[in-house]
Amino acid sequence: MSEASPAKAYALHLGVIALLFVLSFLLPDYYHGLLARIMVLAVFAMGYNMLFGYVGLLSLGHAMFFGAGLYGAGLAVIQLGWSVPAAFAAGLGCGAVLSLIIGLLALRTTGVAFMIVTMMFAQVVYLAILYFAAWTGGDQGMVVPQPTRVLTFGATSLDLTNPTVRYMAALGLFSLVLLITLAVVRSRYGRVLVAIRENEERTKMLGYDTFSNKLAAVIVSGTICATSGAAYALLFGYVGSSFASVQYSILPLLWVLLGGAATTLGPLLGTLFMYYVIDVTSGYTSAYLLIVGVALILLVLFFPKGILGTVRQRWLGWLP
Amino acid sequence: MHFGPHLLLAALEGLVTSAVLALTALGLSLVFGVMRVVNVAHGEFFMLGAVLAWAITSAIGGHPALGFLAALVIAPLIVGAIALVAERLVLRRLNYNPEATIVATIGMLYIIQQLALTFYGPEARPVEPPFSYRILLPWFGYSGYKLSIIAASALLLIATWLVLTRTRIGLIMRATQYDSETAQAFGIPVGRVYGGVFALGAMLAAIAAVLIVPISQAHYLMGQDPLLLSFIVVIIGGLGSLRGTVVAAVLIGLSDGIISMFFSPTLAKIIATLLVAMVLVFRPQGLFGTASR
Repeated sequence: MSEASPAKAYALHLGVIALLFVLSFLLPDYYHGLLARIMVLAVFAMGYNMLFGYVGLLSLGHAMFFGAGLYGAGLAVIQLGWSVPAAFAAGLGCGAVLSLIIGLLALRTTGVAFMIVTMMFAQVVYLAILYFAAWTGGDQGMVVPQPTRVLTFGATSLDLTNPTVRYMAALGLFSLVLLITLAVVRSRYGRVLVAIRENEERTKMLGYDTFSNKLAAVIVSGTICATSGAAYALLFGYVGSSFASVQYSILPLLWVLLGGAATTLGPLLGTLFMYYVIDVTSGYTSAYLLIVGVALILLVLFFPKGILGTVRQRWLGWLP
Repeated sequence: MHFGPHLLLAALEGLVTSAVLALTALGLSLVFGVMRVVNVAHGEFFMLGAVLAWAITSAIGGHPALGFLAALVIAPLIVGAIALVAERLVLRRLNYNPEATIVATIGMLYIIQQLALTFYGPEARPVEPPFSYRILLPWFGYSGYKLSIIAASALLLIATWLVLTRTRIGLIMRATQYDSETAQAFGIPVGRVYGGVFALGAMLAAIAAVLIVPISQAHYLMGQDPLLLSFIVVIIGGLGSLRGTVVAAVLIGLSDGIISMFFSPTLAKIIATLLVAMVLVFRPQGLFGTASR
């Protein structure tokens, strides 16, 4: 968190993006598809990190924002027949509106109550998806039909089901959100958020309106998560209620804790690492929930700062 | 059947739910009240109780009452021991930090659930009730076993209340709940009290599960609903208040029984969850609790 090295930080992030670009041409088919999915989910983790890492608000209900994007975009295509850009915008809009409402209500509570309230609102959204099964497909979910997942610019059209196009779209979204996150956390606003995390009373005393700053953070975080959900629906073509379940509220927490909370690259690293571990162990056992559980406990016991948090503390103080 | 008897049946079913819910929620409430720990794995201790009850009754065989009584004693003891180990190995090392313990108990939830799936399997399995006496009401016959659940739960609740208010152990627990640092300064082994309370909370959930398993069934995912309902009860009743917990359990159990007999259960859950979230937002101390310190 030192001021001295903005160039170094930007170089590192552009380097990571370039590496992911090059990997597109080197990876075998299976990992190519997996990495595209990981990048989209890393956007979800980055959105979560915005609130958990920088503001210190631990939400147990972020699946509802992912779900809002997923269903906002999916329903717009399937039920209303909208085009891809319009559906993507609809997903974002749903996420923004939902996060505004949830922020206004949940931010009245703090600490443990905030965690339980967010979990309960997410449960309401999940149950509502099941209840309105006539439109949402209930627990079966829906498939976004292949012919509708096409981006058209005048004469040229891009087929989002093509693996290369899909990878590049995921990379584009990931890079954009990564650079936005970096810019936000380096800005004055980002510093205010960290100040709220460290000592809210003192920040208030210094004359900052902590409520509206926190509300803005909830909206930014929720909208980023919805972006990830909308992209997931359009790129991978499946909209399912399990993505709005409690488990998908816990997973981003796990990814962020693993990679390092309040680090810009931590969410990507955490998502990548967790997927890799599950991929390797699924050769031996189907009990992947066990691994998630053990990982959570070991992390809070021994590495509360995560991988990049520990690296930053020990060696690279400039890491954003 | 006319509306009146229908309502009576719904109310009886609701009271059975309330009885089990009150025990489960009391466990959650004790753990939160004394230790300030939100135990997300509480529902899994409930599930473990039911699964162990099935294992014990099928291992013993003979008359169903024999196996059931053995399960009622042994299952809670095993669950309590597991909870004690988890508390010693994990929660104590986290210094009972509220946020870290939530993440850790989520981890426990996944571990217990996965182990139950691996060793017990995905099937739902029945446990025979210890006796099958039907009480004949003018309109319908009602299971005597279900009524005995209500009685057993009431006895246990009274016993817990007596322990908390009339004994030395209860005094020590209340002192720890009120101010753990001062309690420690007066020579109370706070660490051991925490271990005991965590085990006790898990045991209450396990007892509730053994009581309910002859009329529902043992399944590895059965911990989800009791967890959510217990949260609701504890929040409405006021965190850490025994009287509030019991009143809220009866309220929630009855309304759950009556609403889901006349409306869709999913809709009932949506409304209940939303209402409770609103209670937490606008009246965080609960409907019956006093403002927390």
